[in-house]
Amino acid sequence: MRKNFARFSMLALALMLALSACGQPAATEAPATSAPSNEPFVFGMLYVGPYNDNGWSQAQYEGGLYVEKQLGAKMLYLDKVNPADRPGTTPDQLAEELVAKGAKLIIFSSDDMKDGASAFAKAHPEINVIMTSGDQVWSEGKNYVATPNMTNIMGRMEYGKMIAGCASALSSKTGQIGYLGPLINDETRRLAASAYLGAKHCWEKAGKNPADLKFKVDWVGFWFHIPGTTTDPVQISDNFYTTGYDVVISGIDNPVNLGEAQKQTKEGTPSFGLAYDYVAACEAAPDVCLGVPYFNWGPEYTKAIASAQDGSWKSQFVWLGPDWSNINNLDTSMVGFENGPALSADAAAAVKAFTAELAGGLNLWTGPLNLQDGSAYLADGEVATDQQVWYLPQLLEGMEGLSASK
Amino acid sequence: MLKARLKGLALQALAMALAFGAVSLILISAGASPLEAYQNMFFGSVGSTRKFAEVLVAFVPLLLATAGLLVTFSAGLWNIGVEGQVVMGAIVTTWVYRLFLESALPPALIISLAILGGMIGGAVWAALTGLLKTFGGVNEIFGGLGLNFVATAWTIYLIFGPWKRPGVASMSGTMPFPDEFSLPLLANLRISPWALALALIAIVIIYFLLQGTYFGLKLKAVGKNFRAAYLLGIPTWRYSLYSFLICGALAGAAGAVQVAAVYHRLIPSISSGYGYLGLMVAMLINYQAIWAIPVALLFAALNIGSIQLPIMMKLDSSLSGVLQGALVLFVLLMEGVRQKIVKRAP
Repeated sequence: MRKNFARFSMLALALMLALSACGQPAATEAPATSAPSNEPFVFGMLYVGPYNDNGWSQAQYEGGLYVEKQLGAKMLYLDKVNPADRPGTTPDQLAEELVAKGAKLIIFSSDDMKDGASAFAKAHPEINVIMTSGDQVWSEGKNYVATPNMTNIMGRMEYGKMIAGCASALSSKTGQIGYLGPLINDETRRLAASAYLGAKHCWEKAGKNPADLKFKVDWVGFWFHIPGTTTDPVQISDNFYTTGYDVVISGIDNPVNLGEAQKQTKEGTPSFGLAYDYVAACEAAPDVCLGVPYFNWGPEYTKAIASAQDGSWKSQFVWLGPDWSNINNLDTSMVGFENGPALSADAAAAVKAFTAELAGGLNLWTGPLNLQDGSAYLADGEVATDQQVWYLPQLLEGMEGLSASK
Repeated sequence: MLKARLKGLALQALAMALAFGAVSLILISAGASPLEAYQNMFFGSVGSTRKFAEVLVAFVPLLLATAGLLVTFSAGLWNIGVEGQVVMGAIVTTWVYRLFLESALPPALIISLAILGGMIGGAVWAALTGLLKTFGGVNEIFGGLGLNFVATAWTIYLIFGPWKRPGVASMSGTMPFPDEFSLPLLANLRISPWALALALIAIVIIYFLLQGTYFGLKLKAVGKNFRAAYLLGIPTWRYSLYSFLICGALAGAAGAVQVAAVYHRLIPSISSGYGYLGLMVAMLINYQAIWAIPVALLFAALNIGSIQLPIMMKLDSSLSGVLQGALVLFVLLMEGVRQKIVKRAP
């Protein structure tokens, strides 16, 4: 007993010594820097999902590779940055791991890391931060906090989603379109609404009765499935397809709906799906894929990182639409739409015409539009401001599904 | 006597070697260098002050859960429900914070109340398992498992329902609390000395409770032979319940620290699996409080060190979990071997 106690005290003492060492301000990590200028610029990226998820995170990863190629920079990354996959960690802590490995700029590439990105930017004013999809440094936004070392970058995916909605409406036989929503927030509401606006436009343009179009959103609860915590997106897709919805648009980080569409088609009910986020996502199931609205992060990330490199960095809010001269130009367009093999030739022609209309200035975010509960959103002829689009408070009238958590 | 001791030590060393050997084989089959992996994990956990502080951040809740489990294990109880007790501690802590969001009371008082609330929450949740066992005849393993699921489901309900961020329904958790609700952290680090002190005091108290008090002795009697203890006049069910209450309070404190010093809000996986990990630590140290600190520190270091694996070697960080599991398995296996040898010896 006494001997045990002696051992115990020694351990406790050792730990206290270690701790008191922590308390000393010195001995911070030697930043792996003061490097000669020919060493590559190192930037770090955090992905919310796996880097090869065939969706959001893979598009981010490809964006990082593009920067490496353009600038001769070096990317460090950590994927699956979410509390379910990396219990006990926080995004700001993981970002510090990348900084310890020499990263001079960190890209927090998911909405889920917003709090972590803000905390990190505040604690490390010397490290530049790109917070993807965020609005922290939008001076006209609702959550503005001046943060000189932070830039927000987002694509105007509203256009991609409108085209996706159009392709759905042109391909659906039943007139019932399902939208596989991730979690509910400003971004996901406005993107689901955009898909609806596109669907409605092309449905009516094809001469069909507006009353016959059904558009329903069902939410997963996160950007992808976390077993035991979120609803299963496979289940939601299956529910759509087995209840008459023959097209499901993915709004989540991967195209799991495509697998269910294949299953239904094999069983005799022709079904289709739209992927999301990643340019090559249709390859998962080309025979049922109508297309994919995707993000092309490379060029904007390159600009931002180049500015950090040459010292011209400026905190800014970037919300960029497609390059209308060619929305699929991977060197210039922030947002694109790639047709899927399952899109018929007629539909493809109509989608092309619609894209041309958008390029010519057609704005579907124009009144009269009501919110889901019937209250007025845009008066007749009124065009939505950026703030009205970004912070869409509810789904639109005519859409089924929850606008907010109950 | 000394020889038996040496034999025991040799077997434990063998167990360690086997665990590392097994994991090395997995690494080699994945085409990675085991040495490089261990090196990365080692320097990833103690390579700098900041990294070691992160280890301590994981160490605190792990040690608290382990300390609690030592009590229930001493009483012969398998408190699998410890995970749910951590969660419930976090829920109640969040609830107390929410009550005082607009209050003018000094933050120190609010933080203390919140942590105390978390401890009570954990204790009540543990008591439920105890009551189910004592009066419902539900084995604590099943009762605990069931209550774990209930606690997690409740967290998710609260995050998506009553405690959601305005206009949002996301797994990302509740709105972060203001800075003054955080347990004070060391400058530029994420570790709170208060949380660390809490965990160390807890393990010291548990050590003396089990080694040096009549209460501990009785508890062990209940654990070693429930019926004999009962016949000798120990109110066994009451002692079982006490052990649940103590364990639940400590597990609740772990959850409270997760909210008050780490996440500053409630998130779905707030327990971070520290309850289950605590079970492994308790098994690995053969329920001896004296080893809780070094082994919990080792496990926390493995958790933090393994973050280097995907960054540096494109390996999955779950390797640390494999190593932790292998350590427990082989140590238990060698314990079995030792007992066989002891029995065979004349």
